Amino acid sequence: MFNVLISRLGQAVLVMLVVSAVSFVMFRYVGDPVATMSRENASVEEKAELRRSLGLDQPLVVQYGHFLSRTLRGDLGISYRNQRPVTELIAERLPATLELVIIATILSLALGIPLGVLCALKPHGIAARLVQALSLIGISTPTFVTGIVLILVFAVSLGWLPSFGRGQVVDLGWWSTGFLTISGLKSLLLPGITLALYQLTLIMRLVRAEMIDVLSSDYIRFAKARGLPARYIHFRLALRNALMPVITVTGLQIGSLIAFAIVTETVFQWPGMGLLFIQAVSFVDIPVMAAYLLFVGLLFVLINTVVDILYAVVDPRLRARSA
Amino acid sequence: MKTLASTPGLFVRLGAPLSVIVAAIVALFLVACALLASWIAPYDPTDLASFDLINAELPPAFTTDGDPSFLLGTDNQGRDLLSAMLYGARVSIAIGGGAVLLAATLGVTLGLLAGYFGGRVDALIMRIGDVILSFPTILLALLVSGIARAIFPGAATAEWAPIILICAIAIHEWVQYARTVRAATMVETAKDYVRAAKVIGLPPRRIMLRHILPNVMSPVLVISTINLAAAVLTEATLSFLGVGMPPTYPSLGTLIRIGNEFVFSGIWWIALFPALALVILVLSVNIVGDWLRDRFNPKLRVKR
Repeated sequence: MFNVLISRLGQAVLVMLVVSAVSFVMFRYVGDPVATMSRENASVEEKAELRRSLGLDQPLVVQYGHFLSRTLRGDLGISYRNQRPVTELIAERLPATLELVIIATILSLALGIPLGVLCALKPHGIAARLVQALSLIGISTPTFVTGIVLILVFAVSLGWLPSFGRGQVVDLGWWSTGFLTISGLKSLLLPGITLALYQLTLIMRLVRAEMIDVLSSDYIRFAKARGLPARYIHFRLALRNALMPVITVTGLQIGSLIAFAIVTETVFQWPGMGLLFIQAVSFVDIPVMAAYLLFVGLLFVLINTVVDILYAVVDPRLRARSA
Repeated sequence: MKTLASTPGLFVRLGAPLSVIVAAIVALFLVACALLASWIAPYDPTDLASFDLINAELPPAFTTDGDPSFLLGTDNQGRDLLSAMLYGARVSIAIGGGAVLLAATLGVTLGLLAGYFGGRVDALIMRIGDVILSFPTILLALLVSGIARAIFPGAATAEWAPIILICAIAIHEWVQYARTVRAATMVETAKDYVRAAKVIGLPPRRIMLRHILPNVMSPVLVISTINLAAAVLTEATLSFLGVGMPPTYPSLGTLIRIGNEFVFSGIWWIALFPALALVILVLSVNIVGDWLRDRFNPKLRVKR
């Protein structure tokens, strides 16, 4: 057990070091910070002085060390474009993205689980076939196309819902939320649905596969033989067990959703981290890019590591295998 | 071309359901149209002299205000949308195909090395793959194109865009090939014919390329179909986000991006027709790919 913990944590630290090294290399070699920061007609001496004061004349390893210690203290540099600390920018944008991801997760679970169960219980029924066909279309339709179609129908033609921005937000301390106003909730709807559809197919397919698996197991056949009511067997006995992996995958997917929200945020001009990042990419705003990479990398590593460790705690067989 | 045309017949003999045959025909038709773009397109969208701002934003020919000489209408610069789509599809397919080719070459090579030598080589390659797979495609691709943009100055970015895109997509996709080939190679390496080849002293390079490779290629071909669909989607997404193909040389994704700016003014066709073409192309390739996977290698069903 202890070994698993150590090896997982070791791996996590290693991955984070790699990610931070990539960030560092971006910082250091992509574009010349001296050229960006000095005056246009700065003399060679002035530039050398700036180079020295930024520590750019020191050996690479030392510079990387400085970079790491700065990063650990939460200092991620200053955005070239906005001229504000990157940490501040990210903290400001974080609530918008997280609220979007939460809504999308809730929507996709609320729709995906019933549809998946339906497909598993009557795999040859018309409804199940229809759902299967739709899910293939869902996989083949890029998120931005879904978003554009939703905007065309509900914002441009019908005029029911706003097509961009967050609407009115309420500040709770540093967290600005759109959950508390009507316009905020209305604005959440279209981007939430768009992001949820990306996740929906995955959850539906997973629930279906797990349900079919569980339904053919011995304890379910025994329950049927005992004459228990079908509802009880399907929803109390089978679904509960089928949902375990679904919960894990949903958790693991939160990282992907945050990254994938980049597309949804672009379509709906949603002022989240994704939009910040994509603007940074088109303006070659290296500090923001590097910080976003570090942040999302950390999130992924944290989620993966926690899931791995929890699995080892719950399932002793995994412990034996990796030891 | 002859092999392309006889493919549907092949599907019939393999007992494919009607939907798969239809999908295969649609996919081949779209690919053929895209490849023949410069011959069948009514106008040449890359030729600046062929379009005129006076014709900008004309609706499709079948609507009331449509101009019969532009079947699907025109875009914001007066380009014929159908021609732009045909050329755009060619760009999309070329980049998707290029990415799959690069990913397959890289993945098969590394998978062979990992599976044949095992030990440290294996651990190194596979750990790198694990790390890459733990990030979503779109993030890695954005990162690669972001770095490339920073390295190449403005003008060169447009020129290098296809290459950058191919690399950005392949950096994620090679891992799946490597995993598949590694597993198959391990199975083959333990078999008698490979051990015999080792005993008579053949060099590892020859054993891997001449003896093992032909026996591990079939799953590679099967996953390539689905990966092609995924690569086309990723390219479209990157172009839509504005870090892919430039508007002067648009792919389907770029066309949708351009169209997206006009959606609010009720000009729906510029975004909608390229989107429709993209979805139909990817959907038909996915249907064929799904069926191929189930037909030839049920073990490959990965959760998606």
